[in-house]
Amino acid sequence: MSSIYTEIILDYYRHPRNKGQLDNPQIQARDSNPLCGDVVEMQMILEGDNTVKDVRYSGQGCAISQASASMLTELVKGKNLDEVRKISKEEVLGLIGGELSAVRLKCALLSLKVLKTGVYSYLGTADGGKEELAGL
Amino acid sequence: MQKTVPFDIEKVREDFPILKRRIHGKPIVYLDNAATAQKPRQVIEAVDRFYEEYNANIHRGIYSISEEATAAHENARARVARFINAGSPSEVVFLRGTTEAINLVADSWGRANIGPGDGILLTEMEHHSNIVPWQLLAKEKAACLKYVGLKDDGTLNQDDFHRHLEDGAVKLLALTQASNVVGTINPVREMVREAHKHGVKVLVDAAQSVPHMPVDVQDLDCDFLAFSGHKMCAPTGIGVLYAKRKLLEEMPPYHGGGEMIREVHKFESSWKDLPYKFEAGTVNIEGGIGLGAAVDYLTAIGMRNIRLHERELTAYALGKLSKIKGLTIYGPMDPVLRGGVVSFNLADIHSHDMATLLDEDNVAVRSGQHCAQPLHERFDIPSSTRASFYLYNTESEIDLLEASLRRAAGIFKV
Repeated sequence: MSSIYTEIILDYYRHPRNKGQLDNPQIQARDSNPLCGDVVEMQMILEGDNTVKDVRYSGQGCAISQASASMLTELVKGKNLDEVRKISKEEVLGLIGGELSAVRLKCALLSLKVLKTGVYSYLGTADGGKEELAGL
Repeated sequence: MQKTVPFDIEKVREDFPILKRRIHGKPIVYLDNAATAQKPRQVIEAVDRFYEEYNANIHRGIYSISEEATAAHENARARVARFINAGSPSEVVFLRGTTEAINLVADSWGRANIGPGDGILLTEMEHHSNIVPWQLLAKEKAACLKYVGLKDDGTLNQDDFHRHLEDGAVKLLALTQASNVVGTINPVREMVREAHKHGVKVLVDAAQSVPHMPVDVQDLDCDFLAFSGHKMCAPTGIGVLYAKRKLLEEMPPYHGGGEMIREVHKFESSWKDLPYKFEAGTVNIEGGIGLGAAVDYLTAIGMRNIRLHERELTAYALGKLSKIKGLTIYGPMDPVLRGGVVSFNLADIHSHDMATLLDEDNVAVRSGQHCAQPLHERFDIPSSTRASFYLYNTESEIDLLEASLRRAAGIFKV
């Protein structure tokens, strides 16, 4: 049987992009998956018209959670927050590829949940995103 | 170790319908028995028969099927009592499982007997179900939790144990007979004797021992012993608290309600005899009957034989797995000292990734902290992957586990 652990996932797990911390980020959020103990933190610095100038993630956990966080940082860089808000679950799962079991979906989507929590909180629309965040 | 064939494993496997199931055309290699065991058709049929032939509430129905149900349920209790060599069936309380049994002791015996400054002695290898009830009690009573530490090989530090006993504050020792993570079988019999010399009562968490080896409560001389049916081929939702009769008689009720009372007046009530004083409401009748059938099934094969078989499987697994480059096994490496539980990590592969990789080959294991966070902190690891065996597992299944681990190592380029 082919594995969901593709070369791409392993590459991001072993050689993460945009891992680390930013000085004075405008957006910062952190969450964990109590089932696995996965932890992801996201930080962003904005410029001009709410465009993501720089982004970093940090955390620990399984390859799925950490690789997806790293992939997500590359996806959001240069996008404005309106576009970031519209990133869908399907888009993130598409980056990972393969079929994930229900339990592992939580690992894959943890970074998106953290990212959106940070964005909604920055935009002051935390309530508006509650239902969406609960679905992640 | 001398190779023995204690029972016909192929015949045993025929008894478990789920082992015939195929996923993606391949059999399930079920190695998560420490979480729950599979059920033989003898148990499934006993439960079916109850519902199809004599389903009725027990104890008070004055008609034939209710009497049949009562007899079947109480008969099961008597067989469970014999299975663990309790002095009498009245020392066997049917509850939901190990967790409820420990909570009952904490709530009933604990509240009546533990006071400010008293010590409750646990070990660093306890399952959360043998930690959290004591934390709640300690908080309520301003009592102190103390822990017997673990040595690097996953066995208890006996010096530590003696030091705690000698400080004089300890009133209760609550420990597991077999670890659900490192597999260690603790010298409970000797520890009970030491504890009793200091007037300390002992509760044994037998969730990982009663299903896998002969356990004799009178020989252990423990005061309380708890275990779950679902880990020993019975349905979920049924478990046992064994306690010495004198203690049960002195203990106040746990839950109030029907079935547990002798008389109820507007402002006071009196309690039924043991064990019914602790069984409020309609109990899990099918569970009791299923547990009785499971005990019959295991007894027919023989608990000594099951223990021997698992010990051989564990020795085989330890030998195979320890040859995999980058794989670390936790706990004692002598299979005589451990139950059929092998937890490990492989290089930097997270346990959840490992469980997914093994699942791609239909190998079912557990990953995470196995409800034993303090133990993982003791070994300074975030989590582990656990393979755990039972009577129906075979060496060829361990070969499949090994092959799947080597495939995972290949994918992760370990």
